[in-house]
Amino acid sequence: MKSIKPLYLALAVLTFLLIEGALYMALLQAPTERTMGDVQRIFYFHVPSAWVSFLAFFIVCIASIAFLRTGKAQWDRLAASSAEIGILFITLVLLTGPLWAKPVWNVYWTWDARLTTSLILWLIYIAYMMVRRYTSDPERGAKFAAVFGIIGFLDVPIVYMSIRWWRTLHPAPVIGGGGGLAPEMKQALFFSLFAFTVLYITLLLLSLRIRSVEDKIQALKNKS
Amino acid sequence: MILTRDLRKSFGPVQALAGLSFAMAEGELAALLGANGAGKSTLLRLISGLSRPSSGSAEVAGFDVRRQPQEVRRRIGVVSHQTFLYEDLSAEENLHFYGRMYSVAGLQERSDELLAMMELWPRRTDLVRTFSRGMQQRLALARAMLHQPTVLLLDEPFTGLDLHAIDLLTSFIEEASAGRVTVLMTLHDPDYALAHSRRLFVLHQGRLVIDQPSEQVRKGDILPFFREK
Amino acid sequence: MQTLTQFYTILHKDLLQELRSKEIITAMLVFSLTVVVIFNFVFDPGSAEMRTTAPGILWVAFIFAGNLGLSRAFAREQENSMMQGLLLCPVDRSLLFTAKVIGNILFIGLVEIITLPVMIIFFDLAVGRAWPLLLAILFLGTAGFATVGTIFSAISANTRSREVMLPIMLFPVTVPIILAAIKSTSYLLAGRETADIWPWLRLLIGFDVLYFFVCFLLYEYVVEE
Repeated sequence: MKSIKPLYLALAVLTFLLIEGALYMALLQAPTERTMGDVQRIFYFHVPSAWVSFLAFFIVCIASIAFLRTGKAQWDRLAASSAEIGILFITLVLLTGPLWAKPVWNVYWTWDARLTTSLILWLIYIAYMMVRRYTSDPERGAKFAAVFGIIGFLDVPIVYMSIRWWRTLHPAPVIGGGGGLAPEMKQALFFSLFAFTVLYITLLLLSLRIRSVEDKIQALKNKS
Repeated sequence: MILTRDLRKSFGPVQALAGLSFAMAEGELAALLGANGAGKSTLLRLISGLSRPSSGSAEVAGFDVRRQPQEVRRRIGVVSHQTFLYEDLSAEENLHFYGRMYSVAGLQERSDELLAMMELWPRRTDLVRTFSRGMQQRLALARAMLHQPTVLLLDEPFTGLDLHAIDLLTSFIEEASAGRVTVLMTLHDPDYALAHSRRLFVLHQGRLVIDQPSEQVRKGDILPFFREK
Repeated sequence: MQTLTQFYTILHKDLLQELRSKEIITAMLVFSLTVVVIFNFVFDPGSAEMRTTAPGILWVAFIFAGNLGLSRAFAREQENSMMQGLLLCPVDRSLLFTAKVIGNILFIGLVEIITLPVMIIFFDLAVGRAWPLLLAILFLGTAGFATVGTIFSAISANTRSREVMLPIMLFPVTVPIILAAIKSTSYLLAGRETADIWPWLRLLIGFDVLYFFVCFLLYEYVVEE
C-alpha cells in the first residue's frame, strides 16, 4: 500500500492553515460593521464561495472545449471534478445568502439579479451532472456534458444581464460594494478569497486523483 | 476497399478496439464474429464514420474516414438490425427520401428496379408501418443499395427474420459481392458465417484473433471466443 | 445546389411525416390550451391582473408545449434509428442542424399561430395594429428556444429518462430568451412605444444569433457516437 503523496499532504496542511487564518481574520480581526452588525461577517465566506464557483465553472468550460478538441479522458475528468466543486460552492452561496439577508433585509430571498442568477446557475450545473450520469455510454455522456458545460457557461453573463434589465425598477441592493470597505475588512476579504482559491485547487487535485484511480481500477477489472 | 491501420477506440478505462489492422479487397465477402462487447459494432461505426477513432486510421475506397467523410459516406451502404426507415412514409417515399439525400441520378427508375428486385413492388405505396419485419428489412437493403455503394456494411442484418427473408437477403448479398461490392457483416451465428462468407474475422476483447478464409476455419476454433466474460 | 436539395428534402420529409401522424402538433396544441385553462383558475378572469400577466401565460404555454414537441420530434427520429440513417448520408452536420432548427420553428410556430387568437379572445387582449410586431416577437422568441432545444433534444434523447432531461436542461439555459420574449410582448400589449420595445427586441435578436452560432458549432459533437 502506498501512502498519500507528499504533495497532497503539503497542500492539505497549507489549505488548513489558510482557512484557519481566514476564519481568524473574518471573525475576530475585522471590525464589526456598523449597521448590519456581526451578521455581515458571513460576507467573508459568501463572496469567496461565489468567486470559487465562478472559477470552477470557468474551468469546466475550458476543460470541456479541450475535451471536445482532443477527446482525451483527462480533460473530461477535470471538467467533472471542477463542476462538482462548483456546485458545492454555489450551494454555499445560496445557503449563506439568505442567512445574511434575513436580518438585514428582513426577507430570506429577493429575486434580484445576483440571487436569481446564482439559483439558475445552480440549476444549470445540477443538470450538467445529470446529463453525465444519465447517459449509458460514458464517452457520449462526457461529450454531452462538455457541450452543455460550454453553453451553460456562456449563458452565465447573459442570464445576469437579462435579469438585471428585467428588474430595473428594483434598486439592486449594494452589499459591501468595494469602495466603502474599511481596510481591515478589505484585508480579511482578500485573504479569504486567497484561502478559498487554494481550497478549490486542493479539492480539485484530490478529486482528479480519485477519478483517475477509479479509472485505473476499472481498467484492471476489465482486463481480468 | 476497406483498410484499417492500428485502429483504436478507447475512453478512460474502457478499451473497445485495441489496434486493428486489416485490408479488404474489392468484391470480398467477410463475416465478423465475436461475443457481445467484443467491438464488432464499434468497428462498423468507425468505418462508416459515425464514431471517431482514438488513434489509427481507416480508409474506404482510398478515402480517409476522418478527413474525407463525405466521400466515404457516398460509397458505403449500411444495413443494421434497425431499418432507418420512416414508418409514416410509404416504401417508395422512403427510397425517394434517401435517394435525394444521396443525389441518386435517375432516382425513379433506380427505386422501381430495387422495389421489384426485393419483391416489394405491389406494396410500394403502402406505409412502412404496415410492413412485416422481413419486408422492412428487404426495404432497408434496397435503401442501402440505392446509391450503388462500393462497400456494404451489415450489422446483424438477420435479427428477427424468417427463413424466406434470410434466403432472399443471402442471395442478394452474394449477388452484390459478385458484382464487386465489398461486404462486411457482423453476425452472431457461426454456422451461417462459415457457410456464406469467404473470409472470417473473429474479434475478442477488441483484438482480431482470427482472420482466415472461411473454408479453413472450423467451428471449434471460433466457439471459445463466444463466451462472454 | 446539392446542399439546398438536401436541406429541402429533410424539411419536406419532416413535414410529410407530421402531416401523416399529426402527433406532435396535436400534442402541443392541446397542451398549450390546457395551460391556458389552468391559468384561468389562478387569476380572476377578466381582471386587470390577468391582462398584465397574459404575456407571461402566453409564453409559459408556448414554452411548455414547445418542450413537449421538441422532445417528441427527436424521439420519433430514433424509433428505427433514422437519425443514424441520416447521419450516414453524405450530408453536412451543420446543414442537418439548420434543417432541424427550421423544422422545429415551423412546428412550434404553427401551434402558436393557432393558439394565439384563442388566447387573445380568452384574455381579452388588444393587439390592434401591432400584429406584425407581435408576430416578429413570436418568431424571434421561438427561434432562440428552438435552436437551443434542437441541440438539447438530441442530447436528452440519448439519456435515460429523456422526457425529464430536456426541460431540466432547456429551461434554465433559455431564461434570457424567455425573459426578453415576455418583456417585449407585455410592452407591446400594454401599448408602449416602439422605442421601449426595441431594446428588448434587439436583445432577443442578439441571443438568437449567439445561441445559433454556438449550437451550430457544437452539434457535430452531439450526434457523433
